[in-house]
Amino acid sequence: MDKVELLGRRRFVEGLALTTGLAALGASRTRAAAPLAMLRGDRIDLAIGPTPVDFTGRARIATAVNGLVPGPILRLREGDTVTLNVTNRLDEPTSIHWHGILLPNPMDGVPGLTFRGIMPGETFTYRFPVRQAGTYWYHSHSGMQEQTGLYGPLILEPRGREPYSYQRDHVVMLSDWTDEDPMTVLSNLKQQSDYYNYNQRTLGTFAKDARRDGLGATIDDRLMWGKMRMSPTDLMDVSGATYTFLMNGQPPARNWTGLFTPGEKVRLRFINGASMTTFDVRIPGLTMTVVQADGSDVEPVEIEEFRIGVAETYDVIVTPRQDACTIFAQAQDRSGYARGTLAVREGLAAPIPPMDPRPLRTMADMGMNHDMKSTPAVDKGGMDMGGMDMSKMTPEEHKHHMTMMAPPSHDAMSHGAKPGDNIPTSNADGIDPGTLAGQAGVDNVAMQTRDRLGEAGIGLDGNGRRNLTYRDLEARRPHRRSLPPTRALEFHLTGNMERFLWGFDGKKFSQAGPIRVALGERIRFVLINDTMMEHPIHLHGYLFEIENGRGDRLPLKHTVNVKPAERMSFVFTADVPGHWAFHCHLLYHMEAGMFRTVLVA
Amino acid sequence: MTRRCTAALAALALAALSVPARAQTHEAAPFGMPVMDRHVFYHALLDELEGRFGSDQSFRWEGEAWGGTDENRFWLKSEGTLTNGLLDDGRQELFFSRAVSTYFDAQIGARYDLDSRPGRGWVAFGVEGLAPLFFHVAATGYVGGDGRLAARLEGSYDLLLTQRLILQPRLEMNFYSQDDPIREVGAGLSDLEAGLRLRYEITRKVAPYIGVSYEGKYGRTADFARAAGDPTDAVRFVVGLRLWL
Repeated sequence: MDKVELLGRRRFVEGLALTTGLAALGASRTRAAAPLAMLRGDRIDLAIGPTPVDFTGRARIATAVNGLVPGPILRLREGDTVTLNVTNRLDEPTSIHWHGILLPNPMDGVPGLTFRGIMPGETFTYRFPVRQAGTYWYHSHSGMQEQTGLYGPLILEPRGREPYSYQRDHVVMLSDWTDEDPMTVLSNLKQQSDYYNYNQRTLGTFAKDARRDGLGATIDDRLMWGKMRMSPTDLMDVSGATYTFLMNGQPPARNWTGLFTPGEKVRLRFINGASMTTFDVRIPGLTMTVVQADGSDVEPVEIEEFRIGVAETYDVIVTPRQDACTIFAQAQDRSGYARGTLAVREGLAAPIPPMDPRPLRTMADMGMNHDMKSTPAVDKGGMDMGGMDMSKMTPEEHKHHMTMMAPPSHDAMSHGAKPGDNIPTSNADGIDPGTLAGQAGVDNVAMQTRDRLGEAGIGLDGNGRRNLTYRDLEARRPHRRSLPPTRALEFHLTGNMERFLWGFDGKKFSQAGPIRVALGERIRFVLINDTMMEHPIHLHGYLFEIENGRGDRLPLKHTVNVKPAERMSFVFTADVPGHWAFHCHLLYHMEAGMFRTVLVA
Repeated sequence: MTRRCTAALAALALAALSVPARAQTHEAAPFGMPVMDRHVFYHALLDELEGRFGSDQSFRWEGEAWGGTDENRFWLKSEGTLTNGLLDDGRQELFFSRAVSTYFDAQIGARYDLDSRPGRGWVAFGVEGLAPLFFHVAATGYVGGDGRLAARLEGSYDLLLTQRLILQPRLEMNFYSQDDPIREVGAGLSDLEAGLRLRYEITRKVAPYIGVSYEGKYGRTADFARAAGDPTDAVRFVVGLRLWL
């Protein structure tokens, strides 16, 4: 950061158009239309090693697969039993986790849980049958290697015909790169959690708000946030202040380009391989048809924009009508963007839209508006969201809301997620949620949680574009055995932003035991987000069904981005035994302890 | 009294050492820790590294360093003012701190007044954290030899004028239960220091600043100062650098 500050800000955010010091990558990697390397078949050898890279004008060492960031696209075929030999050429242990893949537990690649990790010089052989098709990805599960480049696309080709057609297929892998040592980033956050937030409220924004809302109202607003020791500008913990956002390993100025022939339908496989960045993706001028979410087919949804949480994937089909269209992926906090171009030939570019205004968190994100309807009355039309209402309230109304709120009640929190089915529900860590408030690891307990599956998310709802929501997702085919769950476990997503502590139920991984699930059990996980941030929660080894009201066509996902003050649930059948990781996929949250083992036995 | 403090210190240290049940961690992760949630971090912050210019000139430092986990940390705090070759207000402290609530740490440790005057040792205990409205506050109590008691209150606030230009008001007060003529401090509120510093964060870790500092001596402490021919209050212009590592 300190050194990076000395670079021109624009050059830093945009990256370098010219490439210097990329010897190890070779010239082909740096051409505008550089295709990602691809490996296919049922036997693939991969080597993980240090690789010199330069995304910002400063030479750095990445942790790369076969010398590439991202790693090569692996194309495997459904029905094959694949053998993946991974050799460690680093001087520290490493691992590869196959994200979203249904496989035997020892092949899952999580050091600590499923094996020791791959030691320096060792080769580990992953072997498993491919039981699914779609767009997935892989990444390291060791230390901070995911931040330093160890991730890549994993495409599983279906045996049968796909229920949609396209003539062109491009992977679009989004990620974030920092020239800093990731351990320094984490350490900085422990000392000062707003270290990377250069969009805080200042005297200037105070004056602006006072002119707009009146002095008294503005003072009241500042007092309200100040009393809670929270900042409404907390949108992302790590921002463009240190990150350069990449599309297929290219910073914006290098303009990754995907080619097409006019008239073609183009399938874009979006993968968020970032460590900490949620992206809002759109292609100005084009409607996108979403056909897959997290690798599983969904009923086509026509949208203009979608939010992709860390570790999620979305496949969309577009028919470009111009010679060049910009793929624009702005970070949720609007501190930067990744960008590329769909073009009929190399060297073309389309206008890059300005970034959207930066949103602010509201009291609703703190779980603090008692009269919010449980189902937001919002649809794709782009009307104002419940979440935005609070920002328009006068401070008097805010005060009224705050005094109306009852203290968190255990009873209120423990009834089942779905009204109507009275299945036994308990806290996953065996705690009483009423005891969470005041703990060092908990800075907020949402008093009012609600269903936010119908919302696209902060900064998107009401922006005039048609945004994807989780409620829009419907599985292409009904599930064969869509039985109701027999038990529910509740997890509170908790944190303390000021101390940069993250966990479940107020506990870090090292303070909690495993979450026990019986082999074969049909179980519901209820996620209650008490924090003011989104958390992309990922369960290893399973595709779970998000309970979004779609009957026997609940969408399958491996990662769900849970909004602040949201209460949502998913079900799955625990049919594969083992130690399965369950964690927030924001890398620094996970390393801080927002991680559990789901022990299926 | 000292023995009671030692006992409290021992209890806190034991609490710190009570590692979470190893068995349950092993059950959750049979091959070792999958995440680094017990990692030990270190930081040092030199809040004040400044020249003070008024009727006299002096050099002042105030800083702290910590190392530890999320819950348990060791702290070193140091301050002192060097005027005409004489070191004054030299306070060195070592604390063990534990996160006891959402925003506050409890601290226990020792202080030694180390400067050009005869030294004094103290057992120290206190709380430090973030009060509502983002005020950083610390309150520390001290127990010294001969039944001496002392207390210290500190507070500061960061007012962002822009994203990088930050105005920081700061207040520090010291109280003593007994006169201590050798160190020229008197019973009651002994001294107060109020500062207003405007820093520019070139980066978060490097921030030059300018400001003003007021130092006042009160009650018996002021009497001691007058008797020694020293001023009882002073306003000085300060120029310095705030650094953290």
